[in-house]
Amino acid sequence: MHWINFPLIVIMVWSGLRIYWAEDVYAFGILDWEWFKFFPESFYESLDLNRRLARGLAFHFNFAWLFTINGLAFVIYTWRTGEWRELAPNRRSLRGSLDVLLHDLRIRKEEPPKRGRYNEAQRLTYSLVILLGALAILSGFAIFKPTQVFPLTWILGGYTSARIIHFTVTIAFMLFFVVHVLQVARAGWRNFTSMVTGYELVDIEPPESAETTASTEETADV
Amino acid sequence: MSEKSEISVEAYRQRSRRSLLTGGAAALAGLFGWRWVQTQPETNNIPGVLRSGHEFNESVWSKLFREDHQARTFDRDAASILRLNGRLGLRSEIDLDNWQLTVKGPDGAELGRHVLDDIKRLPYHEMTIEHKCIEGWAQITNWGGARFSDFMALYENQLPDNISDVYLETPDGRYYVSVDIQTMRHKQTLLAYDNLGEPIDELHGAPLRLATPLKYGIKQLKRIGEIQFLTEPGGDYWGERGYDWYAGL
Repeated sequence: MHWINFPLIVIMVWSGLRIYWAEDVYAFGILDWEWFKFFPESFYESLDLNRRLARGLAFHFNFAWLFTINGLAFVIYTWRTGEWRELAPNRRSLRGSLDVLLHDLRIRKEEPPKRGRYNEAQRLTYSLVILLGALAILSGFAIFKPTQVFPLTWILGGYTSARIIHFTVTIAFMLFFVVHVLQVARAGWRNFTSMVTGYELVDIEPPESAETTASTEETADV
Repeated sequence: MSEKSEISVEAYRQRSRRSLLTGGAAALAGLFGWRWVQTQPETNNIPGVLRSGHEFNESVWSKLFREDHQARTFDRDAASILRLNGRLGLRSEIDLDNWQLTVKGPDGAELGRHVLDDIKRLPYHEMTIEHKCIEGWAQITNWGGARFSDFMALYENQLPDNISDVYLETPDGRYYVSVDIQTMRHKQTLLAYDNLGEPIDELHGAPLRLATPLKYGIKQLKRIGEIQFLTEPGGDYWGERGYDWYAGL
């Protein structure tokens, strides 16, 4: 589901940008001070995003269903298998994430502990990304049918506000993607294959005898 | 702690191989699927499968459509004149004094003609709503005029029961839309002749235009010349150019 998600997000962002092109008014700044406007014209041109509104809408409104279904499947799977325990952050996670951040930025030497499969920063980030996905879907529907799902649009502060939320979520997704890929690259090939196979190859102490390795083969210890 | 299972290097390699093969096959299938979508024969300027997707969305959302779901309304103070976004169907000269609205039945036979005073005799309604453009911008404006449902009541006994859509076109026939009957009968769908209390100006659709917060601006035809009641969806300028026929909000 992670790997189905990747092309789906790419398609959603790509078609979303084709829609955004038609009215690209968002800029980053405070009050009247504008720091930068999102996306120069050359950005759209190089990625063939300009003058494609109708197609952008068509892809966006169709693939949104697949994205939603895949997201729901992921949540149900994670919940039913109990794997959410590997992901859920707790009270220590914020503090722990800071430790991980300092370590990863080479400011601090000692490696923070993992709790299960992921460290605290991973738990926090991955959980937030799932929430982000949910927010993308909800704000998407709020924009798509503001009258028919008016309570949703209302909660998100109205149509214009829901649109800004939807856009911000997209930017957040892109930032997550960049860091995520960098981190995976940094973690190395074996970690990457573990994302695919579900198992990570680990070098263990040289076995004392052939019998001991064989005996650990099928054991599952808790 | 979490459960950990260990497998031998041999089993791991087997697993990797299998993952590589299934992953590769899935990636290939995805690529072919993507190519397939892109190279589908087009229906009204978008790949057919995407058009079907639009139609699927329409069937979902027209079933969820409720007459009592009203678009949000605002204080009149928040309203302003809409930005101009297209002059399709408005490029020719119009003689407002001699303008007439033609009404036709499903078979194309003329059912009646109206001058603006006929519309003004119907009960007056005003609404301050958020107008939404399919390009993404939205602006609060105020419309005044007659409900389309009141207008349609004039023809009720001349029309068959199975009217499903209403087709509207500009006097020059260059711009035209088809709107589902659910939306046309909704309380917030007006044949508008006032904009912020003044008669609508020419480029915003004088003398009479469609105004409804339940559709994007592309459906809200300006300068109506003809209205035809239909038993199936009719021509739609932007629908034929790749957009969603329904375009409902």
